[in-house]
Amino acid sequence: MAVSAPISACPACVAAPGAEDLAAARDAKGARILLSMPGVHCAACISTVERDLARHPGVGSARVNLTLKRVSVEADASVTPEALIERLDKLGYEALELDPGVLSMTETDRQGRDLLMRLGVAFFAMMNVMLLSVAVWSGAEDATRDLFHWVSAAIALPTVAFSGQPFFRSAWAALRARRLGMDVPISLALILASGISVYETIHSGHHAYFDAAVMLTFFLLGGRYLDFRTRAIARSAAQELAALEVPRAQRLMDTGEETVNVVDLQPGDLVRVRPGGRVPVDGVVTDGTTEIDRSLLTGESLPAWAGPDTVVSAGEVNLTGPLVVRVTAAGKDSSLHRMADLVAVAESARTRYTSLADRAARAYSPLVHVLAFSAFLVWLWISQGDVRLAVNIAAAVLIITCPCALGLAVPAVVTAASGKLFRKGLLIKNGTALERLAEVDTVVFDKTGTLTLGAPEPTNLADHPREALQVAAALAGASAHPLSQALAQGARAAGVHPAKVDDLREVPGYGVEGRWRGQIVRFGRAGWVGATPRDVTATYLAIGDAAPRAFTFADRLRPGAADVVEKLTAQGKHVMLLSGDVPGAVSELAQRLGIADWRAEALPQDKAALIMDMSAAGRRVLMVGDGLNDTAALAAAHVSVSPASALDAARVASDIVLLGRDIAPISEAVRIAEKSTRRIRENFAISGLYNVVAVPIALLGFATPLAAALAMSLSSITVSLNALRLK
Amino acid sequence: MEILGYLIPISLFLGGLGLAAFVWALRSQQFDDPEGDSHRILADDYDDVPRA
Repeated sequence: MAVSAPISACPACVAAPGAEDLAAARDAKGARILLSMPGVHCAACISTVERDLARHPGVGSARVNLTLKRVSVEADASVTPEALIERLDKLGYEALELDPGVLSMTETDRQGRDLLMRLGVAFFAMMNVMLLSVAVWSGAEDATRDLFHWVSAAIALPTVAFSGQPFFRSAWAALRARRLGMDVPISLALILASGISVYETIHSGHHAYFDAAVMLTFFLLGGRYLDFRTRAIARSAAQELAALEVPRAQRLMDTGEETVNVVDLQPGDLVRVRPGGRVPVDGVVTDGTTEIDRSLLTGESLPAWAGPDTVVSAGEVNLTGPLVVRVTAAGKDSSLHRMADLVAVAESARTRYTSLADRAARAYSPLVHVLAFSAFLVWLWISQGDVRLAVNIAAAVLIITCPCALGLAVPAVVTAASGKLFRKGLLIKNGTALERLAEVDTVVFDKTGTLTLGAPEPTNLADHPREALQVAAALAGASAHPLSQALAQGARAAGVHPAKVDDLREVPGYGVEGRWRGQIVRFGRAGWVGATPRDVTATYLAIGDAAPRAFTFADRLRPGAADVVEKLTAQGKHVMLLSGDVPGAVSELAQRLGIADWRAEALPQDKAALIMDMSAAGRRVLMVGDGLNDTAALAAAHVSVSPASALDAARVASDIVLLGRDIAPISEAVRIAEKSTRRIRENFAISGLYNVVAVPIALLGFATPLAAALAMSLSSITVSLNALRLK
Repeated sequence: MEILGYLIPISLFLGGLGLAAFVWALRSQQFDDPEGDSHRILADDYDDVPRA
């Protein structure tokens, strides 16, 4: 059944190459700008955004799409996306540039429209055939009945042939693979019902199942369309995330600098990495000193020093000074790709999850075929060779058992649930993720970037005299280093005005130096200012020859972190903290959040191995992580979540992406997942109940087209209503 | 019952009109942003002057 088919395992992989081709095409045209706006949600937003953008010089028109949370702008080549983003930022809307190429509406939209068209045609035919059928049910006879049957046939046959194509195609594919999917009995029922009805009509029979055939097509297509929409929204949001990152590098040539795609780099090339930029390749530093942030790769929250001959890996972030890196490995050989191999291994080890719908279909398909066929044989024997009667009853059995409700049961619930979660900022990437999320009993969190934001905040400002604070604030203000920025911000918030410091100079990789009241003042790494380093994140201030002072920092908690841990514990889940950082930092955070079970200095392999051990011990693990070091663990877990700020590889490996900064929706998601799985089971029970009542009637030969129509629509409507009850 | 000879074609024709309208709406991208359109109809931005 279609519900269980996974979304492309790696939406980014599909999207990325297109990104580059089409970026070039757009540069030439420069007409259409596409922005993602996660914050638009209301009627007022639409007019505010559209009116404001239209006022921007050079903008022709702007249109907000609220369903996809995007705005597309027609503008002259002179208008840059950055200018528009800034404009929207002033209005209070966060906006991100999207590559229109990646999001080419073509394929997905074409499919959606195609399905909707078939659904519309089936609806039209169902209504008309139903009108004619009402006349037959109320007792039209002889020539009138035959006329009505002929008109019904003229409407129903083309409709089944056109609207039923998705089922026929997938049934054919299933048969060729020697499987019996849900679509095989559906197709068989459609063909048999239409065939027997035509035969009956030609021979002026009493019963024709044209109405049942069209109704079946309509209800099942409805389920198929819901399913498609849920996935299309998930896919387009996943593509948005991918479109935000086009891997580029600045290559140094004899003739100057040029921007190239990372895949085109060769070992031995020199690339420049700007402060604040991500290192695109594995390599060795040849020029420049700086500090680098390895948290995404290793989970360490403390920046490391880097200078000539330091080995750097793809994915690390350069913090202070410009670097020139000689490439040792790019593309397939880089550590990023080795990590991807680790993911592949973990994924093949993941026990294949069979969705509820699949399990239902597996039990259901053979049963239906056996029932229909034995009904045929038994009636052939009872009636002593009346093939027409036997085929009629077999067709009635197939139609009555046909899984209208089964086909709607899962898509309706999944659509309701993922719509709800999407509004809370959670994007379900995988069709079975909800069901797996419902089974979770253990939650493992990564630390840096997941429970914390990876952004430091000063912790001991109060321990220092005001004068030292003023000097530190002045020095910190001169640097773009995250620790400096955090300190400058903290000092400002505490009402400290920076002292007047002259000759300010940043020494990349070490710190900031200046002159204050004739004394040399330094603010930076322990070794450089002459202090003994502590085991927590800290920078040091030296004023003249006085003993250096330490400013300590703690990672800022992600909003909702305390809340999510508390709620998950209250739900009876085992919560665990698993980090690659030093024990000091990890235990401190575990204490702050009340997590009893924590482990520090875990290598990527350790993390994955630990998760696999837990799974082997029968636990269902939810892994929440963002770094490259979590990627293998994310893939190994029963179900996984990563924040939108995570590396592409981590997002690809996880089933659910957290779009906002707040992590609290995760506990809510677990609750909704449990609820929706319960609804799915209820829906199966409901449609099972209908079958228990209806099948004996069909087997005994009492099923009329009217009974079939009633059973089908009643069960479909009950199931859809039950799905909407989801809160 | 001769009236059926007229009524059936008429009802089919009317239904067909509905289907044609649906196909037209689908082709002119009116199903692309159902959520936005439900809000847009309430906005009074272009009540006096139609959108250019």
